[in-house]
Order: sequence, then C-alpha cells, then structure tokens
Amino acid sequence: MAEGEVCIIIPCYNEQESIRNVIQDILENTPDGELWTILTVNDCSTDDTVKTIEATQKAVILDLPCNLGIGGAVQAGLKYASRNNFSYAVKFDGDGQHLAKNICKFISELKSGSTDVVIGSRFCIKHDGFKSTFLRQVGIKYFQWLIKLITGKTITDSTSGFRAYNHQALSFMAEHYPAFDYPEPEEIILLNRNNFRIKEIPCEMRKRQGGISCLSSNRAVYYMIKVSFSILMAALRKPENNKGLTHD
Amino acid sequence: MTKIQIIAIIGSLFFLSGIIQAIRLKRLKEAYALLWLATGIIFLIVSCWQHAIDKLASIFGIAYAPAVLFLVMLMSVIVILIQYSMVISRQNDQIKNLTQEIALLKQQLKKKH
Repeated sequence: MAEGEVCIIIPCYNEQESIRNVIQDILENTPDGELWTILTVNDCSTDDTVKTIEATQKAVILDLPCNLGIGGAVQAGLKYASRNNFSYAVKFDGDGQHLAKNICKFISELKSGSTDVVIGSRFCIKHDGFKSTFLRQVGIKYFQWLIKLITGKTITDSTSGFRAYNHQALSFMAEHYPAFDYPEPEEIILLNRNNFRIKEIPCEMRKRQGGISCLSSNRAVYYMIKVSFSILMAALRKPENNKGLTHD
Repeated sequence: MTKIQIIAIIGSLFFLSGIIQAIRLKRLKEAYALLWLATGIIFLIVSCWQHAIDKLASIFGIAYAPAVLFLVMLMSVIVILIQYSMVISRQNDQIKNLTQEIALLKQQLKKKH
C-alpha cells in the first residue's frame, strides 16, 4: 500500500524551537496535487518536541523509546518509508537549516532517473547563506579528499544531511544504513560501493534556528577519527547482496 | 608434589567447578563460557605439569620463566574482552533494531485507534 509519493524524514532531538517552522516550510512548499508525508522521528527528546509536532496535526510521529542518535533515527524513518512503499524519501533537518523549496529540485532530479541519491551541497556554488567555522571547513575539505581517494568521485559536502533517495536507494538504506553516530560521510562510501549513483545539487542553507549541533567543537577530534575509520572500513567491505538494484 | 602445586591444582579445580556450576544454573551461557573453561583448563595443566612453564619459556626464549604465566593469563583476558566487545556490538545492533520496531509498531497502533 502506497501512502504517498514522497516521505520527508525529519529526525528530531529537542527541536521544539524550530520544528513548527520546519513543518510549516514543508507544507508551504508542497506542490499542488502531490502527496508529501512529513515523518518526524523523535529520538527521545527531553523537551516539548512531540507536543509541538502533535499540535500541528500535519506530521506522522515515530517515537523511539531509546535514544539511538541521528543514524538510528534516520534509519527508523527509512524503514517506515520502505515498508509503506514510498517512491522517494527525503532526509531533512529539524533545526531549520534546510530549505523546503529545494525538495522539489531533488525529487525532479530523481524522477528524471539520472541518479539514485541526491545530496544537497552548500559548496557547489559560492554564496553567503551558510557561514562555517574554519575548523569545520578544514574537516569538510579533508573528507572531500578522502572520499575522492576511495571512490574517485568528488563530493563537495559529504557531511550534508539534506539528501533524497529513490525507492531502490531508500529500501537499501532502510536495511544497511550506517546507524551509529555521524553516518553521513560513511553513507556515501556505502552507496558508491553498492553501485548507487550519487549526485550533488547546490542548495543554500540557513543558520540553525534553534537546538544545538550534534557536532560541538570538543567532539570534533573524535568525529574526525571515528568517521575516517568508518569510511575506510566501509570501503573494505564487500558490496551487500543487493537484489533490488537493476541498473548497471 | 610441592605445596604451591597443590594449592594451584585446588585453585584451578575451584575455578573450573565455579564456571561449570554457573553454566548449570543458567547464569552463564555456554557460548560465553567456553573461553573461561579453556582458561581454567590451561591453569590446571600448568599446575599439574610444572615443567610446562619452563619448556614454553625456553621455546619462546623468555629468560624469566614465570613471565610465561603472565603472558598466557594476559592473552586469555584480552581474547575474552575482545569477545565481549563483539557481543556488545551485536547487542547494540539488536537493541537498535528493536527500538526502531517498537517505534514503527507504536505508530501503527496509534493510526488504528
């Protein structure tokens, strides 16, 4: 049973300040005649995130009983999208960084069949919508280099959480998502290893409206080491037995 | 037989019977007890056959024979700890999957009511 075409997955951890605006933004940017399902995944928020979402009456809520971190929350959403036979899934941040007007671009790119996964990149074009710290820029450049080394492909914004998947990719990811902390760069290697096509689309991002980043600076060193290691290990793994993938 | 040898044999037997008792009472799963049993058996062999230590020391060229004992013990503990890390990692995955299933089921249940 197909509930709708596009499932927009919003992992939420203490997003009561921003989540209402995020949902509003998505509703305003939903094209006429299209059925978008807003799926929020509450990862054990300690504030009024769930109440805020319920009050809008516009979103489905997956309520995780234990805190799993961003990866586990996203995977729960992908499982929902896969089981309810959605054609497309979009991963969207709950803190207001991402702009819903870009979702249409992503979906039409997927519909054209030229790619399986779309990543929204802050760095494909020059703009001043997003200001990043120096340390973060160094980190992003480093991951760009590492991913290029392993996959031979240039991904300018490997840590971007703004992504869209077609049905094959979302079904695959529902099963194999690297559901631990900081999954984004590793996901690229996994997708590449299993012959999914990845395309970056430039999109501006806002500064977060509320909440706190999962990447505070004292975790940066752990982040760099852990993610580098995960990337290398993902590259060493054999491709999963992926029967669903039909293109060459 | 020297005094220390008797003490070592009794100690090893206590250790082994403790492990077996824990398995019998289902406080310890067989799969996780195998490495402990192996450790206990090594203890027992070494206590019964004193020259084993000296022999091993000369084979590996270890000057101070009792160091072999420490080495064997340390290796056993490391292997067991690695096994634990693997068990924890697997359980981590299982808990994650269960958590996700519960969330999905809760959502389905809510939709029905």
